[in-house]
Amino acid sequence: MKKKKYLSLMVFSLLLFTPSIGHGMHIMEGFLPSKWAIFWAILSLPFLIVGLKKVNKVLKADTNKKVLLGLAGGFVFVLSALKIPSVTGSCSHPTGVGLGAILFGPTTMTVLGIVVLLFQALLLAHGGLTTLGANVFSMAVVGPLVSYGIYKLLKKENKNNSIAVFLSSALGNLMTYVITAIQLSLAFPDSVGGFTASLGKFLTVFAVTQIPLAIVEGIITVIVMNLLLEYKAEGVVDLETIQ
Amino acid sequence: MKQSNKTNLLLLFLAIVIIITPLLLKKDSEFEGADGQAEGVIEEINPEYEPWMEPLWEPPSGEIESLLFSLQVAIGAGAIGYILGTFKERKKLANNR
Repeated sequence: MKKKKYLSLMVFSLLLFTPSIGHGMHIMEGFLPSKWAIFWAILSLPFLIVGLKKVNKVLKADTNKKVLLGLAGGFVFVLSALKIPSVTGSCSHPTGVGLGAILFGPTTMTVLGIVVLLFQALLLAHGGLTTLGANVFSMAVVGPLVSYGIYKLLKKENKNNSIAVFLSSALGNLMTYVITAIQLSLAFPDSVGGFTASLGKFLTVFAVTQIPLAIVEGIITVIVMNLLLEYKAEGVVDLETIQ
Repeated sequence: MKQSNKTNLLLLFLAIVIIITPLLLKKDSEFEGADGQAEGVIEEINPEYEPWMEPLWEPPSGEIESLLFSLQVAIGAGAIGYILGTFKERKKLANNR
């Protein structure tokens, strides 16, 4: 009798104190088979190397650029920690890489993205070291590339700057999670429907949840950009946007 | 108020509305992380899959986790506030000259 009580107490306390699974939107530790983990890491590596060179250049440049880099980094830190409710009844978070991609180009954001992803993998059990390559590829390579590409394209077409900023940051955010869904589907193809069936399932989980958040990220990026452009007009900051 | 400030406030308000709407529309949802759901999908597709690595360290409780998340936001928000503050001050100094 005593033993039984003891046992149920043990089970109860175990249930009570077992930490919930780290809720994040990155692929969790150990959740990609090793060949895929290595594949995505290798694919991200060149972007990181180019990015490190670029960041080095910025750090040697005038304070103006350094300050803007700090701003872009701070933006990623804030936005990627805010888990926001979505219409699907689950939560996800923005990435914040669009602003920096517009200001500095895509590879610089690979470096800033890795800093944040490492912070979350090591301190928050959010994402992971084995899945770092895949998460870097989606959030810090493709996301910024898409943002940069769309911004450049829309500016070339002489579209309104705010609209260009909004679309580039929102779509960069959305693409990050589309890539995450693709990565998971490649690693876990459905036994019946294969890759496409899996993709449908993962896209429902990630991309649909992400749509309102992408819009929020677009709006917030426009606000920060508006502030920066105002200070630029006053002559207190030099924006070398990629126009 | 300046026109640009008005626009920014309006945009901020819009963002807040988009964030709050799901909470009102889906009152009985749990609003768990999308990655937890992804884990469910993985289990469904491949029930035998076992994660081959565990996180090196996990926050011991939800409280510690939110502490660290707040720390992340604090670092970022501090940097943004400081930098935008310097711009504002620079503008003031330039105008006084």
